[in-house]
Amino acid sequence: MEMKMKRLGTLLTAAAIGLSTIGTSSAQDQELGPTLSKIKGSGVITIGHRETSVPFSYIGEEQQPVGYTIDICMQIVDEIKSEIGVDELNIKWVPVTPQTRIPLMANGTLNLECGSTTNNLTRQQQVDYAAITYITGTKLLTKKDSGIATVEDLAGKPIALAQGTTNERVVKEAIEERGIEDVNIVSVRDHAEGFLALQTDRVDAYSTDDILLYGLIEKARDPETYEVVGDFLSYDPYAIMLPQNDSKFRLVVNRRLAELFRTGEIEKIYSKWFEPMGVPMSDLLRANFKINALPK
Amino acid sequence: MNYNWNWAVLFQEPYLGWLLSGLQWTLLVAIAAWVIAFVVGSTIGILRTVPNRLVRTLAAAYVELFRNIPLLVQLFVWYFVVPELLPEDLGLWVKRDMPNPEYVTAVVALGAYTAARVAEQVRSGIQTIRKDLVNAGLAIGLTPLQTYLYIRLPISYRIIVPPLTSEFLTIFKNSSLALTIGVLELTAQARQIENYTFQGFEAFTAATVLYLVITLLVVLLMRLIDQKTRIPGSVGAN
Repeated sequence: MEMKMKRLGTLLTAAAIGLSTIGTSSAQDQELGPTLSKIKGSGVITIGHRETSVPFSYIGEEQQPVGYTIDICMQIVDEIKSEIGVDELNIKWVPVTPQTRIPLMANGTLNLECGSTTNNLTRQQQVDYAAITYITGTKLLTKKDSGIATVEDLAGKPIALAQGTTNERVVKEAIEERGIEDVNIVSVRDHAEGFLALQTDRVDAYSTDDILLYGLIEKARDPETYEVVGDFLSYDPYAIMLPQNDSKFRLVVNRRLAELFRTGEIEKIYSKWFEPMGVPMSDLLRANFKINALPK
Repeated sequence: MNYNWNWAVLFQEPYLGWLLSGLQWTLLVAIAAWVIAFVVGSTIGILRTVPNRLVRTLAAAYVELFRNIPLLVQLFVWYFVVPELLPEDLGLWVKRDMPNPEYVTAVVALGAYTAARVAEQVRSGIQTIRKDLVNAGLAIGLTPLQTYLYIRLPISYRIIVPPLTSEFLTIFKNSSLALTIGVLELTAQARQIENYTFQGFEAFTAATVLYLVITLLVVLLMRLIDQKTRIPGSVGAN
């Protein structure tokens, strides 16, 4: 054991020397906090993105991650560059799913997760979040002729739910609380598969955050067949996910977010992605931007 | 690494129940698929050694088709594409009213895939039998069918127990792919526990240990079978 400790000590010293020669000074690295000094040391920032979360974070026509959250993250990357004083940062894109995003953040693989992730308190036991960037809630997507208008109409019908989403829990809870009988829940992997199940009549409904449902309709071959129905079953505030216990990094991220909100830059990003879908900014989201537009 | 360990979560309800139910589905998928794989695989494997050339070719086509397409792709084809190719009413029945559509699809897909691999073991087992042994059988008046029943199959099945062990192990591991079409087996339940508690490392450790226990039991079982059925004087026999 003592030997091991000794060797560990030697290794750590060597690593510290290595780090300090890469950075300008180790004292400065201390000030930057673990995430920023890691980014500075390697010249690489690792960003998690989603593949089918339209219009937040998905693979665009050029096979690159694009979307509302991705645009915001690009602004944050600029802020990080000026904070650590470099001109260029290599971005390493890592595709994540609802199942992988939390462990990949908790084990230190990701520096930022730019997707469509709900900020909730249970998740905050493992990860941290930046300021809220979008507000939505759970609704149902169905075919117009299915006869489903509310969650109660699901009685005796099959519905697809994506494994690992907050919506899965919310819908299951709603079914249980309201005593809706004989709902057949089909478990699917992601939004694309859920939509495929609906399209091929395997299920009568698919449920996730309403804005993602509009995204699915927009990308469908026959958009007029589908509609989003029901009341909001949940409150889902989206936020960019960050590593836990690194307030210096969170400050840099939130500083740029506050600036985007304060200067109204966020409105431009919003309209770029949501106007083509015909989704105007809700009053709640507008208020959220105002509240988080902290002064310098 | 910033992670809060909490092993107790594995022994709380409902999470313990989820793990056990996942274990049950893993066993149900793998064992049912193995029955299909063994029956279909044996048939195809035998057909690959018969004199009729057309039959041999068809059997070979089955093996190459199912062996050369990734299992994940096959699962999606069975689940999403096949019902669309059926007549509309039947397709809708498969998707809606068939009991446990995900489970049945997973068993069929995994069974058909593993059958191709079992068929190759059976074929190679039959082909290792010396030609003069078969000729001797024919000489004493056995029909070709009888040479299969009394000479080729009894010997070859006893030879291929070790390679079949690998296939039997693989089917338990491959059954985890069934989660992609919504079967809540062991891996899927481990994920679900993670989704609800964010204690993914504990959940996957539990799943790992359970898989290991299953496969070790399978190895033991197959070793017993091998010892009981081994041909005295053959390679590796005592």
